[in-house]
Amino acid sequence: MEHYNMNLTLKVWKQKNAETGGKFETYKVSNISSEMSFLEMFDVLNEQLIREGKEPIAFDHDCREGICGMCSMYINGRPHGPWHGTTTCQLHMRAFKDGDTIVVEPWRANAFPVVKDLIVDRSAFDRIIQAGGYISVNTGNAQDGNAIPIPKENADKAFAAAACIGCGACVAACKNSSALLFLSAKVSHLALLPQGEAERKERALNMIAQMDKEGFGSCTNTGACEAVCPKEIEITNIARLNREYLAAGWASDTKKH
Amino acid sequence: MLDSKIPAGKLEDKWTEYKGHCKLVNPANKRKLEVIVIGTGLAGASAAAALGEQGYQVKAFCFQDSPRRAHSIAAQGGINAAKNYQNDGDSVFRLFYDTIKGGDYRAREANVHRLAEVSVNIIDQCVAQGVPFAREYGGLLNNRSFGGVQVKRTFYAAGQTGQQLLIGAYQALERQVALGNVKMYNRHEMQDVVMIDGKARGIIARNLINGQLERFFGHAVILASGGYGNVFYLSTNAMGSNVTAAWRAHKKGAHFANPCFTQIHPTCIPVSGDHQSKLTLMSESLRNDGRIWVPKKQNDTRKANDIPEEERDYYLERRYPAFGNLVPRDVASRAAKERCDAGYGVGTTKQAVYLDFKYNLINKYGKAEANKHGIQNPDTETLVRLGKEVVKEEYGNLFDMYEKITGENPYEVPMRIYPAVHYTMGGLWVDYNLMTSVTGLFCLGEANFSDHGANRLGASALMQGLADGYFVIPYTLGNYLADEISVKPIPTTDRAFVETEAKVNERINRLMSIQGTQTVESFHKRLGKIMWDKCGMARNEQGLKEAIQEIRDLREDFWKNVRIPGGIHEMNPELDKASRVADFLELGELMCMDALERNESCGGHFREESQTPDGEALRHDDQYMYVSAWKLNGEHSWELEKEPLNYEVIKPTQRNYK
Ligand SMILES: Cc1cc2nc3c(=O)[nH]c(=O)nc-3n(C[C@H](O)[C@H](O)[C@H](O)COP(=O)(O)OP(=O)(O)OC[C@H]3O[C@@H](n4cnc5c(N)ncnc54)[C@H](O)[C@@H]3O)c2cc1C
Ligand code: SF4
Ligand code: FES
Repeated sequence: MEHYNMNLTLKVWKQKNAETGGKFETYKVSNISSEMSFLEMFDVLNEQLIREGKEPIAFDHDCREGICGMCSMYINGRPHGPWHGTTTCQLHMRAFKDGDTIVVEPWRANAFPVVKDLIVDRSAFDRIIQAGGYISVNTGNAQDGNAIPIPKENADKAFAAAACIGCGACVAACKNSSALLFLSAKVSHLALLPQGEAERKERALNMIAQMDKEGFGSCTNTGACEAVCPKEIEITNIARLNREYLAAGWASDTKKH
Repeated sequence: MLDSKIPAGKLEDKWTEYKGHCKLVNPANKRKLEVIVIGTGLAGASAAAALGEQGYQVKAFCFQDSPRRAHSIAAQGGINAAKNYQNDGDSVFRLFYDTIKGGDYRAREANVHRLAEVSVNIIDQCVAQGVPFAREYGGLLNNRSFGGVQVKRTFYAAGQTGQQLLIGAYQALERQVALGNVKMYNRHEMQDVVMIDGKARGIIARNLINGQLERFFGHAVILASGGYGNVFYLSTNAMGSNVTAAWRAHKKGAHFANPCFTQIHPTCIPVSGDHQSKLTLMSESLRNDGRIWVPKKQNDTRKANDIPEEERDYYLERRYPAFGNLVPRDVASRAAKERCDAGYGVGTTKQAVYLDFKYNLINKYGKAEANKHGIQNPDTETLVRLGKEVVKEEYGNLFDMYEKITGENPYEVPMRIYPAVHYTMGGLWVDYNLMTSVTGLFCLGEANFSDHGANRLGASALMQGLADGYFVIPYTLGNYLADEISVKPIPTTDRAFVETEAKVNERINRLMSIQGTQTVESFHKRLGKIMWDKCGMARNEQGLKEAIQEIRDLREDFWKNVRIPGGIHEMNPELDKASRVADFLELGELMCMDALERNESCGGHFREESQTPDGEALRHDDQYMYVSAWKLNGEHSWELEKEPLNYEVIKPTQRNYK
């Protein structure tokens, strides 16, 4: 792999806090190595800003391994940037060339208000999980792990859905700011397992009710979410969710709370 | 004197006896008791959920934007449990024995035995929560092997085991939030413990969104704040992982145990340049199928695939025929360093060795698949194609991650790997109840020192975190709180809260008022370099003495010259970082002191002065068979209290993986 260095222009969203408005600021960085990650490039920029006595850019990040779901930059019109199936932190500067201008914004959605600069508040996702994204089993109640065999195919599908990292890129990509890909991934994960069976109906209904309450938009099947999801969560999960939802809606004994 | 409170009786009966006789809190009284849990990784989330289920009023804290993002999420390879589903001779005793031996005989027998006992419940609990572990075609749970053992007892979910386990615990936690038993405080960082009448009764936390200090009362405080590997700047830990919560507890009287016991993981992606912000692990599970080698010739510049088989040195298989590529981490790391130091390293920096999957891709998986599909005499190309599919299923996400970071395809060329700081066995000293030396202050998970001795075996941290949270603390906390039921919640206007908050406030103001010229990052990097060079994979007296002085100087420099932009009463990630680095600067000194004091090699702690003729770690059981528990007396001043380790069941021997 050939490595190279580059000079770049960055247009980055700056916003002091949730109350104030924001605007783009332009920055220059030079000598960026193609081996750096996108966030390491931001580290270089921030170090530079601090030394110049300016405010660095606030952004969310933690694991830098594509798994915690914390990083969340909207890069050149695409959540997490140009690489398919990749989080912002795993995007590397090989994706860019010398002289490029890169535009970086926070996720934009009513349900994800900006906290500062590129940081948004995604606690709505936690509240959707609170509405039913779990199996009600208290600690110590479990039977032997091998008591119920689960066909490998179902286990694999459940795992694929459970791979969602809750980053919110699907919402950011959707013109309606729908959270359905996120929600359907959780409903699918649990519906595909026998352990999730008992609460299956209520789960779908209650989570969707919470999603509506949070102000996410509705799904019009454009597929933008699937295209940007760093964990390649499939849109077929949404079809499965719709089936769950309809089945649950017909069951008159299901209570909403 | 430290009392480890290990129950009397036979080793295998201690925990059962404890559970049968410990004090209980009745359900009505649980409702009146408030518990603070710092951290929502595997240890904290499982504790908060389990205590919420029991009816305690729990307040849980994390510094990320959601409890689901704790560093545990990044764990890759798996979680151990003595299920013996493979019928390969595993048992509770064997898991206990392997853990003690893997830890190089520096862990407590009673704690480790309890861990092995509850390990089986963890898997059951996780399956019930919907954790999608890997399964075989018959629908039963699958296992893989990890280093330092000869049975297959590791449960996994591809290369994302930590994620799946944490999401299980997170969902259990959110269920308790929905039920009103747990109140969750995201983006809050604990700054100090509040002590009233000699007991931990609350915390001061900083709201990271608006910078305000907030006070919280608890009848007990539980720290599950993770490890301190980031003292080395570069590590496999998440960027935010820090020692602050544990360190502030240390300053309030909690002993810090075995701080120098650090685990350097053998298989990480090597450093690529000065810009490096963290290092990425390539899971130990890869050593199941990858073979480690370097060229037989020094300074060989050929490409890996151009070096013929007979010119490769599979040095682990050569040196340790019994365990081969699956020796414990400390052994594998030192062996890699030895080869690189001797001039056999590969890649541009020469600080790397190869981890090669070709052999197993073809011979193990390719052939098995060809058999399954009834393909007679398959050619190599077919074998590679078939083998790749299996490897992809097992480790796909790790291979993708490697390719994204290095731009090289590990299915085609061997991975380049090098050891990196990964885990800290040391941590706050706790007794059998997981209580620190501060009454009412407990510590779980990586933040405590309890179970892994001088070296942790792979896939045992997840096990310990969940054991502590789901199955140990619900009993031991009850045993403590049973005597606290008459204590009414103390209003946070109490003097102790006001004074502790004022101290925290003063420290933050002091940091912000320095306004020097150097960035927080630059100090952290310098500290990391000192630690890595002098308190890293190999340590010696002279280096450690130098390091102590250098760290003191650096700390002074920091408090004079650090520059923190922004304000106090707003979101300010640089201030958050500065406060953490300030604590690392104090911890670093203690780590070096501990390493200096322990003039023996054991597990991850390798003193150059103490090795066998063929370069293996040499313990001195006659002198160092103890836990080093350090008590802070004042600036740069610590007192060492030794907790003797008594081996009643296992006979310590020099570890041998040959
Ligand atoms: C890349 C990687 C892979 C690994 N793979 C494996 C594996 O396969 N198997 C295995 O067994 N182990 C593995 N480990 C080790 C294991 O993941 C960790 O030891 C374990 O997850 C630690 O869990 P914990 O709950 O103790 O802490 P963490 O998961 O680190 O959680 C700490 C929590 O504390 C919070 N916190 C910290 N300080 C404060 C504060 N001051 N105020 C408020 N909150 C605070 C954080 O927000 C977080 O919620 C791996 C580690 C790494 C780095
Ligand atoms: S579905 Fe994909 S894009 Fe949406 S939150 Fe989950 S991982 Fe992120
Ligand atoms: S920082 Fe964790 S996914 Fe990007």
